[in-house]
Amino acid sequence: MTHAQSAPASAMLSVHALTVQYSGAGETSHPALLKVDFEVNRGEIVGILGESGSGKSTLALSILGLLPKSTSIAGTIRFKDKDLLLLNESGWRGIRGARIAMVFQDPGLALSPVMRVGDQIAEVLRAHRPGEGKQRRQQVVESLEDVGLVQVERIYKAYPHQLSGGELHRVAIAQALACRPDIVIADEPTRSVDGTRQAEILDLLRETNRKFGCALIFVTHDPALLAGFADRVILMYAGRIVEEGPVSQVFRRPLHPYTKGLLQLVPTALQSPGRPRGQRLPALPGSLSDSDHLSPGCIFASRCFARTNVCQSEPPGEVVPEQGRRVSCFNYGN
Amino acid sequence: MEIEETTRGATTPALVRAVGLSKSYVQRAPFSQKRFVIDALVDAELEVAPASLTALVGESGSGKSTLARCLAMLEKPDGGETWFEGAEISRATDRDLVLLRPKIQMVHQDSAGALNPWFTAAQIIAEPLDIQRRESGPMLRSRACELMEEVGLSANWAGRRPLEFSGGQRQRLAIARAIALKPVFLILDESLSGLDLSTQAQVLNLLLDLQKAHSLTYLLISHDLSLIGQVADSVAVMHRGRIVEHGTRQDIFTNPRHAHTRELLNSVRLVESSFRTAQAGGQQ
Repeated sequence: MTHAQSAPASAMLSVHALTVQYSGAGETSHPALLKVDFEVNRGEIVGILGESGSGKSTLALSILGLLPKSTSIAGTIRFKDKDLLLLNESGWRGIRGARIAMVFQDPGLALSPVMRVGDQIAEVLRAHRPGEGKQRRQQVVESLEDVGLVQVERIYKAYPHQLSGGELHRVAIAQALACRPDIVIADEPTRSVDGTRQAEILDLLRETNRKFGCALIFVTHDPALLAGFADRVILMYAGRIVEEGPVSQVFRRPLHPYTKGLLQLVPTALQSPGRPRGQRLPALPGSLSDSDHLSPGCIFASRCFARTNVCQSEPPGEVVPEQGRRVSCFNYGN
Repeated sequence: MEIEETTRGATTPALVRAVGLSKSYVQRAPFSQKRFVIDALVDAELEVAPASLTALVGESGSGKSTLARCLAMLEKPDGGETWFEGAEISRATDRDLVLLRPKIQMVHQDSAGALNPWFTAAQIIAEPLDIQRRESGPMLRSRACELMEEVGLSANWAGRRPLEFSGGQRQRLAIARAIALKPVFLILDESLSGLDLSTQAQVLNLLLDLQKAHSLTYLLISHDLSLIGQVADSVAVMHRGRIVEHGTRQDIFTNPRHAHTRELLNSVRLVESSFRTAQAGGQQ
């Protein structure tokens, strides 16, 4: 909570009115992001939460300048004193991987299969810190140690297929942290990973965040992962931010009906193992459809349990119900 | 009444029974001639009660998929027996398989990879009906449309191809194909992982509805204990090729006996309890 919303001047990353539209997406082309505004402060952990298709990954890719060339992008992404959207490729080179780094979903796919993992980390360092050739090997060893790997010599020389899944995840995180970036973006790093390893990855990310003070943007569809982990949570639906606030407050008292629905989906297996068999699970009804995009009203209206007439005729504005929180919903007095 | 039946377990004859199944694979190390033997199944024992939802959990590499493939007769075990509806099937001839396959169907994890991208939704569902000569001509298509509606897909989408559907819709399509031949036993190999929570809940509800309507028996393979903890009647835990523990959901979740089960549960408990604490407004 101490992290929540310090003065805007201190924000390290500030995204303003970001609208992204992929081209050639066929006849049903809706913006992947629509007027997205948010900030990330130094050393903070921000969770981006939403269903698939909500624009979470597009947001991550736009901060890294990795969207396809044909994409139309409007708005600003200010990182320290630079507008990232105005950078050319050589401008990006000093930022991507060095100041803003990414941990991808599947480390097995993100690492080259034909190169020793130590060399892959050295490659990142060579690109961003030329002239430190002599220390490079030592730097790689240190970055492997930083993520809690033991037998660093064996891992340095190993090819990805020779490592276990857990080791691969650590190597991928070590690679992202090698240049001590200001921001690390992790896009569903724990998707399709079993519980034990999931907990390991979260612990490791939190530890590196504390140790090196890098801000972390953690993209996920599972609210449970953010509890006790992230400082702030941003809820996305259909490319829009529908709610934002400190995790502790949003989880205790969610405002947007979408947030309420998502939180209700978190399994309670251990709380109620005596659940009657065959009983249906709570679920958000329906899914985002093309007609929702065409509606003049709130984009969530067709799935919303709290919908009123006004929701179908005009889009809701943003309300600040209390300091550090915002929500786009007519139920909060706009 | 139903609950009693499944907890008694032993008194109801099992629909599917794996007895001492073993299977190993030989792998060659890349860039060398060294050979490795991987024991994927070691004397695995499993019983699946009829009309139940049995979950098979374990870490990646514990042998879950190999067991599933042996039960689905996609793989011949090196040793042991597989019993289905009171008959031993692991050495079934090709002719027997033609009769057996429709009864045991599988839904895979990656629906995008499991469905032919060039086929339309209707063709995908109609293919098994055609191969087994259950329907022909115009009846094929209308049956396919019926099945689409049954799994919650609009029949208007019959002409769409797999990649035009979302992940959750594609998984529904895969389920429609799997139930087309009116199977008895459905193996769901990580069919829900990779889907987000709301889609998972919707697909699980569909599976529960179908089970009620057709008294299907499910074997749901998953690495996600919190997911299966919501729906499974019984839970089998796999570790290094063996089933180390099998009991009712309540048993496994409240009174795990094997150290590995406890380890799996602990990690779920951590995530769940910090979420509950946050919800209750407590500090981390």
